[in-house]
Amino acid sequence: MKLSLRVNGRDVTGDVEGRTLLVDFLRNDLRLTGTHVGCDTSQCGACTVHVDGKLVKSCTMFAVEADGAEVATIEGAAAPDGTLSVIQQAFQDHHGLQCGYCTPGMVMTAASLLRENPKPTEHEVRQYLEGNICRCTGYHNIVKAIMAASGQEMPAMAAE
Amino acid sequence: MYAFEIERPTTLDAAKAAIAAGGQALSGGQTLIPTLKARLAMPETLVSLHGIADLKGIGTDGAGRICVKGATVHKTVADETAERFPALSYLASRIGDPAVRNRGTIGGSLANNDPSACYPAVALATGATICTDRRDIAADDYFQGMFTTALDEGEIVTEVKFPVPQAAAYEKFIQPASRFPLVAVFVARFADGVRVAITGASESGVFRWTAAEEALTATFSPDAVAGLQVDPDGMIGDLHGTKEYRAHLCNIMTKRAVQHAS
Repeated sequence: MKLSLRVNGRDVTGDVEGRTLLVDFLRNDLRLTGTHVGCDTSQCGACTVHVDGKLVKSCTMFAVEADGAEVATIEGAAAPDGTLSVIQQAFQDHHGLQCGYCTPGMVMTAASLLRENPKPTEHEVRQYLEGNICRCTGYHNIVKAIMAASGQEMPAMAAE
Repeated sequence: MYAFEIERPTTLDAAKAAIAAGGQALSGGQTLIPTLKARLAMPETLVSLHGIADLKGIGTDGAGRICVKGATVHKTVADETAERFPALSYLASRIGDPAVRNRGTIGGSLANNDPSACYPAVALATGATICTDRRDIAADDYFQGMFTTALDEGEIVTEVKFPVPQAAAYEKFIQPASRFPLVAVFVARFADGVRVAITGASESGVFRWTAAEEALTATFSPDAVAGLQVDPDGMIGDLHGTKEYRAHLCNIMTKRAVQHAS
């Protein structure tokens, strides 16, 4: 099945099977391998991208359903000259990643949160991340990074 | 995943024709796609309802009911019912996670009737009407057990009409790994009585706790259900909680819902 869409501001076309998942089209056909497959069961959020500005798990959406859509992936987050986005820079500054596998999904989710809610509370950040699983960091530094990216000071956390 | 075709009709009539020809309706896919991956279902053709504009949106009818079209995603329900029916908005805002709420639909949830899904609780507690491409079905007749509904093969949920209670609340005890309710209770107080629907708890799926309804209709207070207990026999017992634990939670979550009802 033919499809055409915009990915990170670039027009692309593809020819996929009905069963092709959006994440497989991004990774295998477009070679945009920043979007990861963690669980493949829509639990972990490593595959999270934006479709028409909305956060979705690209392992739980068929590629043909993105026909005509605007898709944003982690590859589009940084500026063309490589300057990291505010969120990416905050993840680096606050050590918001260890192995990095979940990070693309975390950054895309954080971007969606801050667009909907530019000054979230710590609780709101944690609640918004409930579909993104990180097995390394214990989430503290991810939450810190997102709070910093929103321009807010992070109060000391109880678990520290 | 095994090979299948996807059709993307833009009208309900075209979707009905494709489903009549043997296709399986695909709404948000947040349950169906994992089901296909596990090969628990293997339709040869999927019929995506996503492109049908007439199946999306929220309105109000002459009776003051909130009418949600079948392919409306949870996020839209959460955003657009906050003032008119806060308990429905809250329920929709806590299904799954933000990404799931941008894809998952009310019609898909009700057609699947997962025994731990959230929407069956509000539909049954408010006495909602589930409208399909063929007929209107009262919630009391619609839910017929775990993953079982009154829907016939290929029938599509086109709209759900919710009477708005005077006061209501949804209290969900979350199972943190799946984010489904371990037990959740929707309490709805109407002029002519109180209705209590419980999801997540029973092996028969969502159910009305009639003893609590009678007690709360007489006295709308958390204390009214203090002496009542759901029979553990027939509750779900698994590694997340025993039958007795779920029966206990039915009482606790009902009390909390009454306390928070507004």
